[in-house]
Amino acid sequence: MSLHAQDDANLRAAQEERLRAVWKPPSGWFFRWTDVNNNRVGMWYTLTAFGFMLFAGVLALIMRAQLAVPANDLVTASTFNQLFTLHGSMMMFLFAVPMFEAVSIILLPQLLGARDLPFPRLSAFGYWSFLIGGVFVAGSIFFNVAPDGGWFMYPPFTTRTDLAGLGADIWMLGLSFIEVSSVAAAVELIVGVLKCRPPGMRLNLMPLYAWYILVVAVMILFAFPPLIAGDVLFELERLLGWPFFDPAKGGDPLLWQHLFWIFGHPEVYIVFLPSIALFAMIVPTFSQRHILGYPWIVLAAVGTAFLSFGLWVHHMFATGLPKISLAFFSAASEAVAIPTGVQIFVFIATLWAGRVVFSTPLLYCLGAIAIFVIGGLTGVMVAVAPFDWQAHDTYFIVAHLHYVLIGGTLMPLFGGLYYYWPLITGKKLSDRMGRTAFWILFVGANLTFFPMHITGLLGMPRRVFTYPAELGVDGLNLASTIGSYLFAAGVLVIVIDLALSPKRAKAPRNPWNAGTLEWLAHPDDEDWGIRSVPLIESRYPIWDQRDFVAKVDEGRFFLPDAEEGRRETIITTTLDARPAQVIRLGTPSVIPMITAVALGSVFILTTYHLYWLALGGAVATLAAVLVWLWSTAEIPEKPEKPIGHGIVLPLYRSGPAAPGWWAMFITMLADATAFSGLVFGYYFFWTVHPNFPPSGPGMDGPGAFWPMVAMALTLVSWATTVAARELNARGQVGAARALLSLGLAVTLASLFAGLAGPWFSDLAPKLHVYPAIVWTLAIWTAAHAGVGVICQAYTLARSLAGRMTSEHDADIRNITVYFHFLALTAIVTYATIGLFPSAS
Amino acid sequence: MSEEHQNNLAARLRSRRVTLWTLIVPPTVWAVHFMFCYLWVAVSCAKLGGFARFPVAFVIGTIVALAIIIASGAVAFVQSRTPGDPPPHDESTEIDRTRFLATATLLLAGLSVVGVLFTAAPALMLTDCR
Repeated sequence: MSLHAQDDANLRAAQEERLRAVWKPPSGWFFRWTDVNNNRVGMWYTLTAFGFMLFAGVLALIMRAQLAVPANDLVTASTFNQLFTLHGSMMMFLFAVPMFEAVSIILLPQLLGARDLPFPRLSAFGYWSFLIGGVFVAGSIFFNVAPDGGWFMYPPFTTRTDLAGLGADIWMLGLSFIEVSSVAAAVELIVGVLKCRPPGMRLNLMPLYAWYILVVAVMILFAFPPLIAGDVLFELERLLGWPFFDPAKGGDPLLWQHLFWIFGHPEVYIVFLPSIALFAMIVPTFSQRHILGYPWIVLAAVGTAFLSFGLWVHHMFATGLPKISLAFFSAASEAVAIPTGVQIFVFIATLWAGRVVFSTPLLYCLGAIAIFVIGGLTGVMVAVAPFDWQAHDTYFIVAHLHYVLIGGTLMPLFGGLYYYWPLITGKKLSDRMGRTAFWILFVGANLTFFPMHITGLLGMPRRVFTYPAELGVDGLNLASTIGSYLFAAGVLVIVIDLALSPKRAKAPRNPWNAGTLEWLAHPDDEDWGIRSVPLIESRYPIWDQRDFVAKVDEGRFFLPDAEEGRRETIITTTLDARPAQVIRLGTPSVIPMITAVALGSVFILTTYHLYWLALGGAVATLAAVLVWLWSTAEIPEKPEKPIGHGIVLPLYRSGPAAPGWWAMFITMLADATAFSGLVFGYYFFWTVHPNFPPSGPGMDGPGAFWPMVAMALTLVSWATTVAARELNARGQVGAARALLSLGLAVTLASLFAGLAGPWFSDLAPKLHVYPAIVWTLAIWTAAHAGVGVICQAYTLARSLAGRMTSEHDADIRNITVYFHFLALTAIVTYATIGLFPSAS
Repeated sequence: MSEEHQNNLAARLRSRRVTLWTLIVPPTVWAVHFMFCYLWVAVSCAKLGGFARFPVAFVIGTIVALAIIIASGAVAFVQSRTPGDPPPHDESTEIDRTRFLATATLLLAGLSVVGVLFTAAPALMLTDCR
C-alpha cells in the first residue's frame, strides 16, 4: 500500500465499507446498550454525570430555600443533614470526577488519532458501575435514608450504628463501588495516553489535554486507594464492630480523617486539572496561535500533582496536631499556589500574544479564571493555620470551596460544552443563549458565594439547618439564596439550549478553525474514530501540516483498512511514539454490563447485611471476570500485518511492550497504595498508644512463627511463578506447567499460614484495635494470595487450552507482575505483624 | 576546568537518557523529604514528646534533598541546551523531545527547591510539640 494506492476511489470506498461494517454499533432495544465504542459510552457517561449534577444542584436549591430566612422550618434538621451530605458527595463522586472521565473517554481517542482507547470494554464496565452505584446513592434520599454525616463522613458519629443508620453504609459501599470504576478509568486513560498516540506524536507534541489527563489519572491511582482502605476499616467497624475509630477500644477517629483527606485533597486537583485542561485546548484556538510556554504547563500539571499530596492536613488544622506538623502542610499549601498561578499566566500570555476571537467558550474561560482566582486567594488565606482556626467550619470555607469549584471545574466545563458540542453532535450551540447563560451564571455565582465570606466571618457555622435572627446574617443569607436561584436559572438556559440542539442545522467541520487533531471529526460522524491514523509533525497539525485533513480522510496515513474484519488501533512507544504493535480491540459485549451488575450486587447486598447473597454476587463477579478475560490476549491468525507506507507491525506482544501488562502494573500500583493505607493504620496506632502492641487476653499474638512461615511460602510461590515464566519462554512448557501447579499449592498454603497466626493466638478483633488491625492486614494479604491462586490456575488453564504458548506468553508475564506485588505485600504484612511487636 | 573538559562533561550529560522517570526526580525528592519531615515530627512528638533542635538527620536530609534536586536541575539545564534547530522546540525530533523534557525537569527542579525550603522553614521557627 503506498500513497498512490489510495488515489483509487474504489479502493477507498471498499476500505470505508469494511471499516463501517467492523465498527457498526449493535442494535436492538437491549443490545444497543452493550456498545463499547468510546464515543457512545463517553456520551452516556457525560449525560449521566450531567444528570447527577442537576440532581445535586436541586438539593442545594432546597438548602438555600431553607436558609433564606432565619428560623425557617421548610425542611427538618435531619433532612437538611441528608441534603448537604448528598449534595457534596454527589457533586464530587458522581459529577466532578466521572465527568472528567466521561469527557476524556470521548475526547482522548480523537485527540490521539486512535480508533478507540485500548480497553473499550473496561470503559463500558466503568460506566455501568458508575450508573448503578450513582443511582443507589442518589436514590437513597427518596427513602429518607440518605447519608447524613457530611461528605467526609467523620467518625465516631458515622461509625456508631445507633447514631448513623443505613445512610453511612450506603455512602461507604455505594461510593466504594464508584471508586473502583474511577480506578478502572484511570488505568484506561494512562495506557491510552502513553501507548495509543499516533506515530510521530512524541511527548513534546502531545496535546496539553492529554498531559493533564495523564497526570490526573496517575493522581487517581494514589489518591483513591487510601479512601478505599479507609472504607474497608470503616465498614469493618460498622458491620463487624472492629473498633478502628473508637477511642474506648484503642481506636482513633483521626485515622479516618487522615485517610479521607489523603484522598480528599488531591481530589480537589483531580477535578480542577481536567477542567483547566479544557482551557489549554480552548485558549490556543481562540488566540489563533500555539500555546506559549508548553513546558511551563507541564511543570504546572506535574508540580501541582505532587504538591497536592502534601496538603491533606490543612483540612485538619483544628484537630490539635502539633503546630510544626501543621506548619509543614501550611508550607506545602502555599507552595501549590506557584504552579497554579503559572498556568493561569501562561493562558493570559497566550491570549496576549494572539489574535483573540472573542467566542462563547472563551467567555466562559475568562469568567472562570476570574472566579477561580478569588477562590485561590482565599485558599492562600485558609492555608495559614491561625487564619484557618478562625474560619474553620464557617461559611467562609463554603465560599472558598465554591469559588474554587465553580471557577475551577464547573465554568470551564460549561466552556468546554460550548466548545466541544460541535465535535460530538456536529451542531453548534446558540451563542446568544450561551452568553446570556454565562452572565446569569457569573452574577449568580458571585451573588451566592461572595456574601458567604462575610456570613462566615460573622460567625455562621457550616452544616447547620437554620440560624437565629440575632446573628445578623439574614440579609446576607437572603442574598445568597437569591443568587443561587439566579445561578440555577443560568443552568436552565444551558439545558434549554441543549434541548433545542437536535432541531438545529449541522455546523461546518472544525467550526472554530482549531489546530488540534480532535477537530478532524466530521459532522456526520462515522463510528470508526479516525479514517487513517496520521503521522504527526506538529502540536497543531491541522494548522501546520500540509493537506493534513485531506490525507487523513483519503486514508493516506496508517491503518486505513480493516482487512481482517477486526477493530484495531496502533500502539506506539511511550517517549517517541514509534509504531510498535497493532492491537485488536474489544467488540460490543454484554459481559462488562454483567460484571458491573454482579459487582454492584456485592456492594449493595452487603449494605443490607445480606452476606450470603453478597457472597453469591462475588462468585458471579469472579465468573464474569474470568469469562471476560478468556477472550483477551488472543493469539492472532498471523504474526504481523502491514499498516501502510511499508511498515509491518506485530499483532501480539507480551511483557512491558503490551498494553495489558501496563494495565496490570497500574492496577497493582493502586492496590499497593490501598495496602499502604492499611499499613499506615497499623503504625498510626503504634504512635497513639504508649504501649503498642498491648498485652492481655485476646491481644497477645500473632507471634513470629506463622507470619514467617507465610512469608516464606509466598516468596516460594513468587519464585516458582518467575521460574515458570522463564521456562515457558525457553520452550519448556511442561516444566512451566509443573511449576505453576506447585506454585498454586504453595500460594494456597501461604493463605492459610497467613491466617493461622492471628487464629491460633486467639486475637479478638472486637476487643481492641490492635487485634483488629492485625486481622485486617492478615486477611488483606490472604485475600491477595487467594487471587494469586486464581491467577496461577487461570494461567495453567490457558496453557493447557493452547491459548498461551512459549511465544504468546502475555498471561504469565502479567500474573508475574501480580506476584511481584503479592510478594511485596506479604513481606510488609508479615514483617509488620510478626516482627514489629518484638522490635518495638 | 579547561574548555575541552567542560565540553566533554556537557556531552556526557547530554547523552544521558531523558524520560518521564527523570522528569519526576525533583518532585519525588520533595515528596520523600516532606514525608520524612512529617513522620519525624509526628513520631517524635507522639513517642518522645519533643524533638531535637536541628537534629543532624534533619539537616543532612534537607541538604541531600536540595543537592539531588539541584544536580538533576543542572543536568536538565545542560540537556535543555543541546544544540539543534532554533526554538520553540516543537518539532517531532528526538532532540526537541529531549529538550522539552529537560526544560520541564529544570522547571520542576526550581519548584522542588522552593518546596523543600518551604518544608524546612518551620523547623527553624518551631521548637516544640505544642
